[in-house]
Amino acid sequence: MTEPLLRVEGLRKHFVLKKGFPKPRTIRVRAVEDISFSIEPGQAFGLVGESGCGKSTAARALLRLIEPDAGRVLFRGEDVLTAKGQALKALRRRIQIVFQDPYSSLDPRQSIGSALTEPMRVHGIATGAEARRRAAALMEEVGLPPSALDRLPHEFSGGQRQRIGIARALTVEPELIIADEPVSALDVSVQAQVLLLLRELRQRRGLSFLFVSHDLSVVRWFCDRVAVMYLGRIVEEGPAARVLANPLHPYAQVLRDASPIPDPSRRTALPRILGEIPSAANPPPGCPFHPRCIHAMPICSQQMPAWTPAPGEKAGGVACHLVG
Amino acid sequence: MKALLAKVWANPMTFLGALLCLAIVLAAVLAPWIAPYDPADQDIISRLQPPGGAYPFGTDQFGRDILSRLLWGARISLTVSLGAIAVAVVIGGTIGMLAGYIGGTFDLLVMQVMDVLLSFPSLILGLIVVALLGPDLINLVVAIALTAIAPFARVARAPTMALKERAFVEAGRALGFSHPRILFRHILPNIMSEVMVMASLWMATAVRVEASLSFIGLGVKPPTATWGGMTRDGFENILDAPWLAILPGLAILLLVLGLNMVGDGLRDATDPRLRQE
Amino acid sequence: MLGFVLRRLLAAIPTLLAVLTLVFVIVRVVPGDPALVILGDQATPEATAAVRERLGLDRPLLVQYFDFLGSALQGDFGNSLVTNRPILSEVRAVLPHTVDLTLASMVIGVAIGVPVGIWAALNRNGVIDVMARLLSLIGLSFPVFVSGVFLLLAFGLHWRLFPVIGSADLNDPLDRLHKLVLPAMTLGLLMAAYITRVTRSAMLQSLGEDYMRTARAKGVPRRRVVWVHGLRNAALPIVTVVGLYVGILLGNSVLTEIVFNRPGLGKIIVGALNQRDYPMLQGLLVIYCFLIVIVNLITDLLYGVIDPRVKAA
Repeated sequence: MTEPLLRVEGLRKHFVLKKGFPKPRTIRVRAVEDISFSIEPGQAFGLVGESGCGKSTAARALLRLIEPDAGRVLFRGEDVLTAKGQALKALRRRIQIVFQDPYSSLDPRQSIGSALTEPMRVHGIATGAEARRRAAALMEEVGLPPSALDRLPHEFSGGQRQRIGIARALTVEPELIIADEPVSALDVSVQAQVLLLLRELRQRRGLSFLFVSHDLSVVRWFCDRVAVMYLGRIVEEGPAARVLANPLHPYAQVLRDASPIPDPSRRTALPRILGEIPSAANPPPGCPFHPRCIHAMPICSQQMPAWTPAPGEKAGGVACHLVG
Repeated sequence: MKALLAKVWANPMTFLGALLCLAIVLAAVLAPWIAPYDPADQDIISRLQPPGGAYPFGTDQFGRDILSRLLWGARISLTVSLGAIAVAVVIGGTIGMLAGYIGGTFDLLVMQVMDVLLSFPSLILGLIVVALLGPDLINLVVAIALTAIAPFARVARAPTMALKERAFVEAGRALGFSHPRILFRHILPNIMSEVMVMASLWMATAVRVEASLSFIGLGVKPPTATWGGMTRDGFENILDAPWLAILPGLAILLLVLGLNMVGDGLRDATDPRLRQE
Repeated sequence: MLGFVLRRLLAAIPTLLAVLTLVFVIVRVVPGDPALVILGDQATPEATAAVRERLGLDRPLLVQYFDFLGSALQGDFGNSLVTNRPILSEVRAVLPHTVDLTLASMVIGVAIGVPVGIWAALNRNGVIDVMARLLSLIGLSFPVFVSGVFLLLAFGLHWRLFPVIGSADLNDPLDRLHKLVLPAMTLGLLMAAYITRVTRSAMLQSLGEDYMRTARAKGVPRRRVVWVHGLRNAALPIVTVVGLYVGILLGNSVLTEIVFNRPGLGKIIVGALNQRDYPMLQGLLVIYCFLIVIVNLITDLLYGVIDPRVKAA
């Protein structure tokens, strides 16, 4: 078996807050409790879940934009979490990130040209006229006129800025792009264009993706494999077609049913999800989903379900007592 | 930027303030050529001359020409305050940016120190530092800068903290940029306008503190002409020659007023809350 | 409420400790040996050593530091090098003058600043507003010694309405008040200028809020809307700023005291500086900061009274 592009094992990130006086209470928000997955070269891997489930934190932690507390992250066998200095800088060149909010992801005082050539200079890829030429080519690649290089971010629309953000990620010629809700801040009409651009880039450049999203229809269209997160854990993982069409985990089923599908016949029997998502500061014992699960059994509130492989080759797995 | 300048000039008060400042700066720069007399030249025969005649603004108790001394005194006021504010902007701004960017215990500690500095009345702090170091131009700059470091640290810290959370800072880190590069190439340009507005307002304060220290007798030493020192000399002859105190007092007032008007105009033009209207 | 007060008191402790430490360091790093200051340049080494021993300057720095902390916390700052009297009693002798001046200036500042600020805000961009803005800008551009000299020239020397020199008899209320008028006016006008500006902008902000429009729409009379809803919500920034300006007042009282030849804290600090009276300086610095910390504390507590949300936080 070939070495995966990215392997994540037991990644964990807790945020600790202190509140109150005179006796401060320590609040531990378990944003990412324990997640493991791997991405093969050329694959688009989707990470889905409700807002607050820890998927964005996970994406940032494996790039070390937030330092994780525990776990291992291997990029082509190289340990990302222990890398320092030049090694970390070299790794960051190979993994890039596209952010959700195109309005805050560009320095408002920096011209587009400067934003695109700066990473090239920092990594010694190109300088001066050569960097400028590359920047112009990247602009064309993401569908913007090279003449826009001299303008400032505020002169562009959200969709255009997102294209610029993508171009900036490409300046360092990465192998893996982490796309953190790349279209959810955009108008629906623009979302499709940006998604098409991403898929085009993936095919042309052979890029791999970690695609973080709460939108199942987008993930279904873009990704090969998908992992469903709930309260800082992966509850189900597998090929996108299987997990999103016939999920095994009750939570994944609820997500599927809540996602708008152009098939009115299936909308009639929507199982209701019970209550609100619990706070990650105070997760329930046992299976984190049991308070909202319509199939909950006594064991669910006592014991964490074990990871059970799904039948079939590379079919992924699920963490649920119903299946185990 | 152009729109901003247009807005600044549209306000007549700002315009007037800028004219005042410009006139005083010109007077200071041109002092050696336009001053009718040497500011230190004593003429015992024409002591305490009232304004008019050969001495347009009169003479002091040593027979020195007040107009010439005012022109030369402008140089001291402007040099000391510009120097002090430049030092405070660089040191205070850097401290504030670092505190806001690094955060955590470092931020807590640094801002605690700044709060302590702020809890000294600035005039008292300046007074003590100059008195202990000895009154000369450099020490005055140091003392006044010291009183202004904490406010500039505060002004730089708040927007840095906000900017740190913006995705472009994260993007920079993901692109392998060093922390100094992010701080000085990406955060600094974005907080510059706020710091500069503050600097223009604090210029006025610096001029006032310099004049106050000179008045107390802790300014640049005589016979160098300083506006505060001249007011003090005049104050001691107030019964015989009130103009000696009034004229330099007015000079200080006009400079401080001009700087305040410009600073106010800049702030109104950049303050986002006012901009919406 | 009690918890709130306690919390604020506890929060003031590190600040005070830091102030004490800073003062200790400042006074120690300054060039010049206090013993030589007392004895003059001609002193023999033996005499200098004896004085150093008497002042405790021969002990290790750390011992001096903790000794200083300990006595300072008990209000003992040692004796003045010049008069050889306890510093605290020297300060206590002039403190009433300083308190008179500070309070009177504050009262003048609030009495002029708050109504003018409200009036200006209600007449936004009208004649009143422009005048108020211009005058307050001029007011805060006046260095205190300049306005002091001008007031002294006009009311003291030209019209002879008030005495020009102001060491008042503390036991004679009328004399005390009479001699307070000009100095308090000097500082009060500065305060009024600051407070006018703050009141105006706080009122403008508060008048623009939705609840003000709601109140007007409900038919609450305009006068009531302005004074009850508007002022109540503008009060917080005004109180903050008034608290902050006590520091400015204390600093500027040095100048006022020189111009009007009034006794006070500022006057003795200048004296201590001229005579290199280090223990005195050390004590005065601590007392200044202590006063400001107390004022900040009072400001914080006032917040709690004005805005119930602050207490809960």
